[in-house]
This record gives sequence, structure tokens and C-alpha cells, in this order.
Amino acid sequence: MTTQENISVKDFLIDEVLRDYTNNSKDKETLEKLSVIRNEKINKPIIYVGCGTCGLGAGADKTLAEAKKYIIEKNISAEIVEVGCIGLCSSEPILDVHIPGMNRISFEHVTEEKVFEIFDKIFKLELPAVEILGQFINEKTNKWDNVQNFNEHPFFAPQRRLVLKNCGIVNPIDINEYIARGGYKSFIKALNTYSSLDVCDIIEKSGLRGRGGGGFPTGRKWKFANAEKADQKYLICNADEGDPGAFMDRAVIEGDPHRLIEGMAIGAYGIGATKAYVYIRAEYPLAIKRLKIALEQAREYGLLGKNIFETGVDFDIKVKMGAGAFVCGEETALMHSIEGKRGTPRPRPPFPTTCGLFGKPTVINNVETFANVSGIIEKGHEWFSSIGTKTSKGTKVFALSGKIALTGLIEIPMGTTVRDILFKIAGGIKNNKKFKSVQIGGPSGGCITEQNLDIQIDYESLIAVGAMMGSGGLVVMDEDTCMVDVAKFFMDFIQRESCGKCIPCREGTKRMLEILESITGKPKAGESNEALDRFKGVMQLEKLGRIIKDTSLCGLGQTAPNPVLSTLKWFRDEYEAHIFDRKCPAGVCTNLRVFKINAEKCTGCTVCAKKCPTGAIISNKKTPHFIIEDNCIGCGSCAEACKFDAISVV
Amino acid sequence: MSFLIDVNNKQINAQKGEMLLEVLKRNGIKVPTLCYIKDKFPSGACRMCVVENLKTGKLITACSSPVEEGMNVLTHSPRVVESRKTIVELLLSNHPDDCLYCVRNKNCELQSLSEELQVRERKIRGKKNGYYMDHSGASIVRDPDKCILCGRCVRICDEVMGVSAIDFINRGSKSIIGTTFNAGLNTSSCVNCGQCILVCPTGALSEKSHFVGVIDALNNPIKTVVVQYAPAISVSLAEEFNMPAGKDINGIMNAALRKIGFDKVFDTTFSADLTIMEEASELIYRIQNSGTLPMITSCCPGWIKFAEEFYPEFIPNLSSCKSPQQMLGAVIKSYWSEKSGIKPENIYSVSIMPCTAKKFEAQREEMTREGISDVDAVLTTRELGQLIRMYGVDMNQIEPETADSPHGFRSSAGKLFGASGGVMEAAIRTAYNMITGDELIQFQIPAIRGLNGRKEIKINVNGIELGIAVVNGLANARLLLEEIKNGKNDVHFIEVMACPGGCINGGGQHIGADENSIKARMLSLYDIDERETLKVSHKNPEIIALYKEFLEKPLGHLSHELLHTHYVKRDVLK
Repeated sequence: MTTQENISVKDFLIDEVLRDYTNNSKDKETLEKLSVIRNEKINKPIIYVGCGTCGLGAGADKTLAEAKKYIIEKNISAEIVEVGCIGLCSSEPILDVHIPGMNRISFEHVTEEKVFEIFDKIFKLELPAVEILGQFINEKTNKWDNVQNFNEHPFFAPQRRLVLKNCGIVNPIDINEYIARGGYKSFIKALNTYSSLDVCDIIEKSGLRGRGGGGFPTGRKWKFANAEKADQKYLICNADEGDPGAFMDRAVIEGDPHRLIEGMAIGAYGIGATKAYVYIRAEYPLAIKRLKIALEQAREYGLLGKNIFETGVDFDIKVKMGAGAFVCGEETALMHSIEGKRGTPRPRPPFPTTCGLFGKPTVINNVETFANVSGIIEKGHEWFSSIGTKTSKGTKVFALSGKIALTGLIEIPMGTTVRDILFKIAGGIKNNKKFKSVQIGGPSGGCITEQNLDIQIDYESLIAVGAMMGSGGLVVMDEDTCMVDVAKFFMDFIQRESCGKCIPCREGTKRMLEILESITGKPKAGESNEALDRFKGVMQLEKLGRIIKDTSLCGLGQTAPNPVLSTLKWFRDEYEAHIFDRKCPAGVCTNLRVFKINAEKCTGCTVCAKKCPTGAIISNKKTPHFIIEDNCIGCGSCAEACKFDAISVV
Repeated sequence: MSFLIDVNNKQINAQKGEMLLEVLKRNGIKVPTLCYIKDKFPSGACRMCVVENLKTGKLITACSSPVEEGMNVLTHSPRVVESRKTIVELLLSNHPDDCLYCVRNKNCELQSLSEELQVRERKIRGKKNGYYMDHSGASIVRDPDKCILCGRCVRICDEVMGVSAIDFINRGSKSIIGTTFNAGLNTSSCVNCGQCILVCPTGALSEKSHFVGVIDALNNPIKTVVVQYAPAISVSLAEEFNMPAGKDINGIMNAALRKIGFDKVFDTTFSADLTIMEEASELIYRIQNSGTLPMITSCCPGWIKFAEEFYPEFIPNLSSCKSPQQMLGAVIKSYWSEKSGIKPENIYSVSIMPCTAKKFEAQREEMTREGISDVDAVLTTRELGQLIRMYGVDMNQIEPETADSPHGFRSSAGKLFGASGGVMEAAIRTAYNMITGDELIQFQIPAIRGLNGRKEIKINVNGIELGIAVVNGLANARLLLEEIKNGKNDVHFIEVMACPGGCINGGGQHIGADENSIKARMLSLYDIDERETLKVSHKNPEIIALYKEFLEKPLGHLSHELLHTHYVKRDVLK
């Protein structure tokens, strides 16, 4: 588009769409224009490349370069658009082609070498012989034969995409497309037709609860802040997503930053804040870049700044980068961090809604929470509260990872069972292994085992089985996973990320880790009390866990022992095997492995002894070798080196 | 608004806005704390003060929970006690466990808590940290292994002293408290005030001991060991021996020092009088000759280093007078040395101070002449207590004695130096006399007495209106200096003491003193001033003699050489 067209598009969207937000029956010409802006009606081919962080990790940048090369080489008039993540990360790089008159079609695993092959065929309207995800059905364009409907793909069919609606579909840094798809209308509607208290009320009635983990009713939190009298109030978006295996916030910001901005703008109006921060991890450079571009666009359209749409409302958003401390996801620590102080939590009360950032009333919500807001304002609280369960309304985004066939992001209505997520949406366990457990809620959460797979996901039922919603990470584990090792991993993460302020969390998590290390480690030679200490240590685990939960200052410490307590509850036998038999049933804890040389098979070739990093093998040429158990670290190099299959784990 | 709350199934009265901990304390229920500092925003770090909230079923920290109507808590339920005990066990799990060798043996909060909570075995065994000690500072030694990270030192250093020399470093179990870039204290902005030591619950912070040097000198037949003690010592030492706070045991202390073997016992209060002579003269000189004003006192070495680091632009405002400790040190190794015929190099001069910064001051290079330090060793009140115990002196059985001439006689004005406002009061008494030739009718100036952080008055001397300001706690000094930088011009003379309340609450004082003890020490000094008749420095006969025989006149040639000094801008890591 030329600059001239750009200006006219901007004016059109502001005047005919945003200012005319009450009119839902637009004339044909307007609708036509909108479908052009939405890229539904096109006059030249558009190529979409999934360029979220997951896509880039799978090589989307090379795919993109190859696509650009193709259209230049073949002199094709086509547009290339970088989109966010559609959710199916394990199928990245994903490339869509939309040819005028045809349905948009989506290809998976499009590595660079496949690009020319796909384009050669597709521009001749022939289907290339590559994996196809599906086609987006549009009544006005022609179908591809023998290509499934994208929405019927088993990964997408059971989903209900409200937050992720635009992700992977639209150009994230095109405000026009966002507005043309109904964006910012809710904000303008709220400003003009609702009082600030109305906004809080609608959100409260909708039943929306905080998606960052705690599940506090969002509308009620807003009402607290709304009721405060202050010369300045703040709104903060917590995008400091730190759970291992969680990337929902990143995907939303990379794929649809305007949805976040709109949600925040509505929230700020609701509580009377004029300044807001997005506290985002510096490890998300792409999200930060796109968010900043989107903010600039919103300012250009007058959606942020002074006297927004002549309503007298001022509001703007600053992006504040976090330095990668997990604890800064805790709201008081986050506020300290924004204030330039050490990121440590403080006791509450006073709660942030009365005394928050810089001592002013402050509301902090998570990215996904804000992303839900515009939809609620647009369609009403009844619509939102019709989705989900009795206590948990709406949808929830989960990040699937681990030993599962399809990994990525999904958005499902509350009340979906865990079994459906794992086996219907995500295609079951990878390599046909046996399912063991799924860790939900990250390092603060717990695990769900086979017997609880049929629980319906909502805040309460997860807590009832010893897990928690958390921010929405689902890490799937199969029979090859050692649960003690998993507990150790999370404990190690937590004790490193503890801020170190309160004693139970700082010292307690470290002690718990040390106990887990001694369980999974080799007995230390020469320490006579070692076995006793180890046994005593395990008895301490439960007690320590209970007291750390009971006494810690902030949510991090109060949930820190969960992975250990949860695995102890469901997989006690594995702990006992480690302690009493000194064996790791899954074979993961290498330090517990004991290798023996079969004297009958050993030819005395000395290869194993040369490979041994600790010199634990006594080797005389042509006589059977022998492993000194005390010196062996269980690395297995000898077994790998042995050509005669003489070394094995006992 | 007052209402009743349920505590341990009994009703007690509480006021709206109070924290639960205060209410419990008032009602005689002791809940242990480690990170709590009175009247400061609760930090919530130690979790020792948890109590069971029967309404929510949760444990809450008493220090940070405001009382609410209908509150129902248990302060010593099994769950609460187990939690507290486990927290102490966790602290002990990687503690060095060397109580018998620790400077805080028998006076350690961690030790007391583990005793109170009946910790009898090591249930939790953790890896020891093995950090290096920081011996680099002239006054303060840090032992991070003993640190339980309660954060009290950090907050005192920041909120009360306005220095922020130390803060938390690293995360999780690797957290330590350290200086900027974790360099040594000697390169930090630490002003050596020692307030951190006073609040430290364990032996992680302690003064740099000069004990060994003193004992060696006492045992060295060549050395003549002289000792001087600061005005605040005689009213503070009693607490080291379980005597009532504020009890003045000057005479007994003199006797004890002689029993230990000090050859001469002098009183720094004598040189406080000398300081007044010089400082009052300097003030008058500055006023009459349009010198730099406001003039700021220079008795406090913590303040001096603070000014050199943070406010070098105020160096010309600092009085050039040495502190009383250094004045007496210089007089002993010149006048007294000549008079007694003992060579300066054979004199070992010890001072006993309520202060850790004095250790730093004594080793400043400005405080030496021809390679000989004016003062060789500085002991704190605490170290003096240890020394007396070590030498087996029974403080309850000895008779009081007087200090030695020619530096043992003092006015009660000099004694006031021990409390905030005292230098100012003594200086005004003498300056008034120097300007008018008369004595004040009313010596006491109540408006600049007391523990308030900042006191200001205007006084009129012969038609000249003088603006007087007294601040204590360096954070208050910072505020005043910022105001002056921003144009405040109604003050002419300022007294600054680094420690809150002045030397009676110095960093070298008895550990474990509460606000009442500090007040008792202060009132004891005021009582001395009330009772005694020699209330002005310029009438001290030994001072008059010193000028007559040796110095000639205040601000004279010898005074400049011996009693005055200069200051330098310091670049430190801030």
C-alpha cells in the first residue's frame, strides 16, 4: 500500500469502524473494504510464514529467505507476511499460501529445501507432495481437493480459540488487520458507553479469573483498585513468564500484541489508571519488538496517549524488561523490580490494589487475562460465563511439551479433561510409550497420574488432586522418566530462582535439593553415616515440604515443595527403589547404575579401561577385567566401548 | 478505635492500625523475631514470628499483620512451634557451629532461639557455605558464614545511616550480604559506624579487635601504656556487667583500668573540653572573618568519612578541629611525653570508645606525626568489658578512684559530648563566654537535647542571631545537607553525630540495649551536668594549665600543629 492508501485506510478504520462501533450492519462497500484489509479478498498471492520463536527455532527464517528468493527469481507478484505461532509448534516451520480465488492452505514442516517444490506446484494450482495441515474454509473461494478443513485437524478441532484467535493467522504488527477483525472496538465501546465501575462489573460477572496461576477473580481485583482514591494509579501486565515449559504469553504477544494492548487499555479505564507497564522478560526479544511496534501503531491511531478519542481518558503503556529472575513473576517482587530495586517480595497486606507500584494503587494481571478482556466487553459477560465450568469460566491456554506426539499451544474450554488434551488433541505419547504422568503448573504445580486423567480442568479440581493451574505448562512424562529426577529438576530450578529473602524458601529448598541429590547419587565412600543420613533425609523431605509451604513469604516458596510432595504422593515406590535398592527404575539416575563385567565374555582387550574417565577398571591384558564399584560413576562409557557385550548394568 | 482480639483463647485489647506483634508484646506474649526492627516497615524475611490464624487456617507473620476485629490467633500452637523450630534448624543446617569460638558467644540471638526452642540435635544436615571473611575494613569484620541474612544491617545502613554500603547479592541459597561488587569493606562507602554490628543477631558482624595489641603492650616493660576513655563510656559500661543501664561507674572503671595494668588513666572528656576551646574559637573566627558557614562539627569520624565520600563540597564547612580522641592522643605524645620524660615511641596510647569508627580514625594518616600514631589502639565498650573480665577484675568489689592528672579533670560540658546535642551545648556555653565575657544564666538548652533525629533552634548572642542545627543518624544529616544545597541558609553551626542519639548509642556499645537503655545513658549524662558545678569547658583548671604551659592560646601555632587537621575527598565504590 502506498502512504496515501495507508492514511485513507487509517481514516476509514477510525471513522467507519471504531467511531461507528454501535453500527453492526455495515453497508456492502464497507464490508468489502474490511475483507480486503483482513486479507480475505486478495488480488495477489500472500505467503504466510510462521515466524514465532518456535518457528524460528525450527528454521522459519531460512524458509522465509527461501520464499523471498523464490518470488524474486520467478518474478512473482506476491506478498510475504510473517505471522506468529498457530500453536502446533511441533509442525513448524509452517507456511501458508493464499492464492486469489483459492482457500488459504497450510503446510507443515516446511524446511527451506521444500519451499521451491511447494511454490512450483502451488502456483500452478497443483498440490505438492508435502505434509499439509489443512485449508481454511471460506465460502467465497474455491476448495482444494482432498485437503482437510484446517479446523477439523484433530489438534485444532476440540480447541476453542478466544485468546489465540488471531495467532498465526494475522499479521501481528498490522493494526489495520486487527481493527478490521473487530479489534479496539470493545475499548472504544467501553470508553463511550460504560462507566469505569461498569467495566469492572462486567468482568466480575463474566467470572474471569487470573490466568497467571492464582485464579483470583479479575473483576473483583479491579474493583478494589477502582475504589481507591489516588492521584495516580498503575496497571501492570505480568509477562515475566518463567515456568520451564511455558510459553503462552510469548505466543500471544508475538502473534497478537494488539489484543493485549486493548485488554490493558480497557483494564486501565476500569481502574482509573493512566500509566501501565508491561513487565516482560528480556529473553523474549521478538515479543518485545512486536509489542513495541504495536504500541507505536496504537499511539499513531490515537488509541493510546492523551485524551483518547476525545473521551478525556489518558493512558499509555511502557515496556519494562525483566532480567530473568523467576521470582519477579511474584507481584510485589515485580513491582520492586520496576521501581529499580532488588526483585524480592514483601509481605501483604498492604495489597497492591491499595499500595502498589511506587506506593500507588496498582493492578497486576497476566497476559492471558488481559487477552480475554476485549472479547468479554464485545460479547458480554453472559457469553463468557457460558463457557467453562461452574467455578472456572472461559478458556485456558496450555503449553504442551515433553514426551507427547504433538507439542505446542492449545486453548481449550475449562472443563476439558486432561485425557482429552493428551490423547485427543496432542495425539498421545510419543513413540507409543506408556504414559506415566503430566506435570501441570510448572515448578509450583504437581503431577497428574493415570488415575486422575479424567478430571475436568478447572482451578479447584486441579488443587484437589495436588496440582494447580499455574500459568499453564503441561509437561508430559512417559515410562522412561524418573520421577525422583523430575522432582530434583524442579527443586534445583526453584532453589536457584528463590530470591533468598525468607529463610524457609532459601534454606529449605536447598536442603530438599541436597536430600534429593543424595537419594539419586552414588553413596560416598568412606562416610560411615552416609546411609543413615540418606534415610533420615528422606524422612525430612515431607516435613520440610510442609513447613516451607506453611511459612514462606511468597507464592514461590509456598508452592516450591509441590513437585516433591506430589511425586512422593503418587510415586513413593520410585523413591523407595532409589533409597532402599539404590536403583533408578527408569534408568535415568546414572549415578545409581552399577556396571559389571561378565568374565566369560570379556576378552581382556583393555578398551573399556582406556575409556573409563575415573580409572575404575582393573585391566590386565587378556584376562577378564574388573570394575571397582566405589570408583565407578555409572557413566556407561565402558559398556558403550565394549565390542563383546561383556559389560552390563546389574 | 480499640477492640478485642482472641489470642490463645483469651481476649486482649488491640488498637486499629497496630501490628499484631506490638499488641502481643504489650500483653506480655513474646513471639521470637529475627528480621524485625521497631518502627520500620516489616520485611517479613525471617518468618520466626508466625502465628496460627484460626480464621483462615494459615500461618501469618505477626510483624506484618495488622490487627483486625474478630481476629483469633494461637501464638504457640504445636504447628507454630514446629515451624519456628524448623526454621532455626534450617539456619543451623549450614551454620559454622563454632559458638565456643564466636565473638557473640552467650550473646547471640540464634543461640538463644535454638535454646528456647529446644533444638537438641542436628536434624537437617546441609552443605556449609565456606565464604571468606572480610578483614579489609579498619573497624568492622564480616563473616558471611555466620550471616543468617535477616537484612537488619542492610536496612540500618540504608534507612538510618543513609550510606547503603551493603546490600543483598546473588539469589537463593547463594544470597549473601556484601558491598558494591562484593569488594572489601575498605573500598566501600562504609563509614565504620558499626550500627550494623549492633543489630546483627549473630557473629556475622563484629568490630576489628585491637585486643592483642593492647595486651602485648601491657606485657611489654618498655612501653608506658596510657588509656583514655570517651565521655559516654562511664554511663554505658555498666550494662556489660549486668548493672542497671545508665549507671555511672566512672570511678570503678578508673580503678579497674589501673588493676589491668594501665600506667596512666586519662579522660577523653578532658580533651572534649579542649575541643570546645578550639572549636568555639574557630566558630567565632569564622563568623568575624566571613569564613565558610555553616560550620559543622568534626568530632564524629563516621560523619567525617560520610562527608568526604558523599558531600565533599562541604569539606570547607567542617571544623578543622581533631576529635577529642585524637586531640588527647596528640597531647599525650607531645606535652605529656615531654613533661613525663617518656619518649613518644615508648608510649602506647589506648583509647576506649563507644565507637567502631574511632578505630578507623586512629589509623588515618593525618593522625600520625613522624611515623608515630597519636593513638595506637582503640577498644570499644564491649572490648573493655571483655578485657576487664579477662583480667578478673570484680567490678562489684573495687573502690572508685579518680583519673590521673594532668588529663583527668573535666567539666560536665565535656561529658555532654556523649549524647546528641552535647557538643553543641558545650560549644555554646564557651562561645558565649568568649564573645560576651559573661557566663550564660541558663546553661542547659533542652531544645537540642533528646533522641530526636533533628533539632533546630535560633540563639541570640550579643545581637548576633545564630542558627543552630543538631542532627544524628546520617540519613538525617543527608536531608539537612540537601536542604542547604537547595538554599536553606538559616543555620550557622551544625552538630552531626553519625549514630542515632549520638555516642551513647555508638556502634561499639553493649549489644542488646533497647531504647530505654539508650535513654537511661543519656539521662545519666544530663544528671552529671545537673549535679556538678564545673559546667563550662573554659573553666577546667587542667585546660587552663595546658594553654598556659604549652599551647598558649586556642588556634595558636601549636594548636594548629597538634589539634587541627584536614580532610580529603574520597572516591569509593558507592
